[in-house]
Amino acid sequence: MSTVPDIAKDASTVPAFRVARSTRVHRFVLVVSVAIVVALASVPWWAEVSVARTMVTFFTLLALAQMWNLLAGYAGLVSIGQQAYIGLGAYGLWLIGDVLGLHPFIAVFAAGLLALAVALPVAPLIFRLRGGYFSIGTWVIAEIVRLVVSNIQATGGGSGKTVLSAARLPIDTRITGTYLLALFVAVGSILLVYFLLRSRTGLALTAIRDNDIAAQSSGVNVFRSKLFVWAVAAFVCGVIGAVVALNLLRIQPAAAFSINWTAYALFIVVIGGFGTIEGPLIGAVIYFALLQSLSQYGTLYMLLLGIVAVIMATVAPKGIWGFVEKRWNVRLFPVSRRLLIEAPPPDEEPEPAEETDVSVATSV
Amino acid sequence: MSGGSSERAVVLELKDVDVFYGDFQALFNVSFRVEEGMTFAFIGANGGGKSTLLRTIAGLQRPASGQVLFRGEPVDALAAHKRVGLGIALVPEGRRVFPSLTVYENLIIGAYGGRKGDWNIESVAELFPLLKPLMKRQASSLSGGEQQALAIGRALMSNPELLLLDEVSLGLAPVVIKRIYEAMVQLVGSGHTILVVEQDVGHVLTVADRVACFLEGRISLEGKPGDLTSEAITAAYFGM
Repeated sequence: MSTVPDIAKDASTVPAFRVARSTRVHRFVLVVSVAIVVALASVPWWAEVSVARTMVTFFTLLALAQMWNLLAGYAGLVSIGQQAYIGLGAYGLWLIGDVLGLHPFIAVFAAGLLALAVALPVAPLIFRLRGGYFSIGTWVIAEIVRLVVSNIQATGGGSGKTVLSAARLPIDTRITGTYLLALFVAVGSILLVYFLLRSRTGLALTAIRDNDIAAQSSGVNVFRSKLFVWAVAAFVCGVIGAVVALNLLRIQPAAAFSINWTAYALFIVVIGGFGTIEGPLIGAVIYFALLQSLSQYGTLYMLLLGIVAVIMATVAPKGIWGFVEKRWNVRLFPVSRRLLIEAPPPDEEPEPAEETDVSVATSV
Repeated sequence: MSGGSSERAVVLELKDVDVFYGDFQALFNVSFRVEEGMTFAFIGANGGGKSTLLRTIAGLQRPASGQVLFRGEPVDALAAHKRVGLGIALVPEGRRVFPSLTVYENLIIGAYGGRKGDWNIESVAELFPLLKPLMKRQASSLSGGEQQALAIGRALMSNPELLLLDEVSLGLAPVVIKRIYEAMVQLVGSGHTILVVEQDVGHVLTVADRVACFLEGRISLEGKPGDLTSEAITAAYFGM
C-alpha cells in the first residue's frame, strides 16, 4: 500500500476547502417555486376546462424536455427515439386500465413500468452504438415498436384505441385528476433531475458527457450510470405518454409514436438551454407561447419554429439560460458544488450556505 | 530515482499479450514485469503501441490473447472502473480533464471508486501548489500544464498503487515538465509504482529504473537505463 509523500501530510499549510450547495437566493427561489406550484395546483377549481387541458399539454412537454435534457444534456445520450416510450406509456394506460381493470390514475404509473420493461433489454444493444449511430439506433427502435404495435389487432392496429376506463370517469374527476397528474409529472421530473444531479451519479454523468474514457479511468461505471438515466427517462416518458392518453382519451400509433415528440423536446432544450434544469423550463414556456400564437398558420408555424431554432443555435448556442448564466453567473437550481476556498475567521459571519465538509465531498 | 531490487514484490506482469483493433494488430506477444516502487518507462516513436499498452493495463482495451496480472491476480476480465478500485489509475494521453467541471469537481470525481487511502484534495494541492488558487475554475480554462497537474491529481485521488502516465510532457513548457518529473520522483519515493509512456527519452531516462523501447507493437529493447548505450536505444527506437 502506498503512502502519501511527506509534503502532502502537512495539511496545515493549505487552505481549508469547504463546499456550498445552496444560498439565500436558492432558498428564495424554492419558496417562490412552492408558491407557484400551489397556485398551479388550484387551476382546475377555478379555470375553464380548456385551460386545464392546455396546461396538461404544457406540463407533459416540460417533463418530456426535462427527460430529454437529462439524457442528452447530462449523459450524452442524444436519443431521437423517446417517442417509443411515450407511445408505450399511452398503450400501457389502455392495457392496464381497460384490459387489466386498474384505475386509470394508478395505471398511469404502471404504464411507465411497461416502457421501462422495454427500455431495459434495449439498453445493452443500443449502448454499443456511439454518437450519431446511437441517435439513429434509438429512432430505429422507436419505429420497430410503432410497427409492431400498429400490426397487433388487439391494440386496434393503425386505428388505435379509445381509453374507455378513463372516458367512463365523471368529467370533473377526469379533468382534475389528469391535470394534477400532469402537474405532478412536470414538478416530479424537475425534482428528479435536481436531486439526481446533486448526487454522486449526477457528477459522474457530467464526467461521462465530457469524456467517457476519462470517466472510466476515474472509476466511474459508465454503463451502469447510463443505464440508470436511460431507465429513469424511459419510465418518466412512459408516464408522460399515459397522461397524454388520459388527456386525449384516444390513442393512435401514428400520433403516439410520432417523432414530433422528440422534436418538440429537442426544440425546447435547444432554445432554453442544454445541460441545465432552467433551460427546459424557459424553453417550454417559449415553445408553448409560440404554439399558442402561431399554430393557426399551419405549415408556416413549423417554418417559424425552425427559424427560431436556427437563430438560437447561432446566436446563443447554449440556449437562453446558457446565455443568462454566463452573463450574470446565476443559477436557480444549485446542482454544482460551489467551493469556498478558505474558512472564514471565527469572528466573521459566514455566507449562509448549506455546507459539506470536504471529507464528505471527496468521497462523493 | 529509486534503485531496483530483485526482492521487491511484482505489482504488474504482462504475459504474451496480443491486442488488435479490428484486423490491425497493435501489440505482439508483449511480456514484462513491474516491481513495487519502480518507475518503468516505455519509449518509442508514434504508433509503436505504447498508449495501447497503457489502455490495455487500465482495462480500456481487451487483449485478444495473453494475460495481465496485477499483484499476481489476472485482471483481464475486469472493466476499467473496477481496475481503478484495485489501485490502477491512468492519466490518459491529452490529459482528458472534464472541461465543464471545476478543478475541484474534477478531483472529487477521481475519488469516485471509493478506494481508501491518504490522498485527498489537500494533499493533491500540496503536491501541485499551482492547483490551489484554481479550485473554482472550470477545467477548460486551464493551461496545458495546469491540466496535466489536474489529470495526475485526479488519478491520485483514486489512491492508486500503480500510476499509468501517458505522454505527460507532451506539449508542455520545460518548467512544467520539470515540476511534473519532480512530482513523479516524490510519488515513487512514497511507495507508488509508475509506468510512464514518453517520447521525450532524455527526460524519462533521468527518472526511470527500467526502460523498454516499443517498435511496431513489440518490445525491441529492455533494460536498466545505466546498462543501455545511447546507440542501442537509438537503434531500438528507430528500428535500425
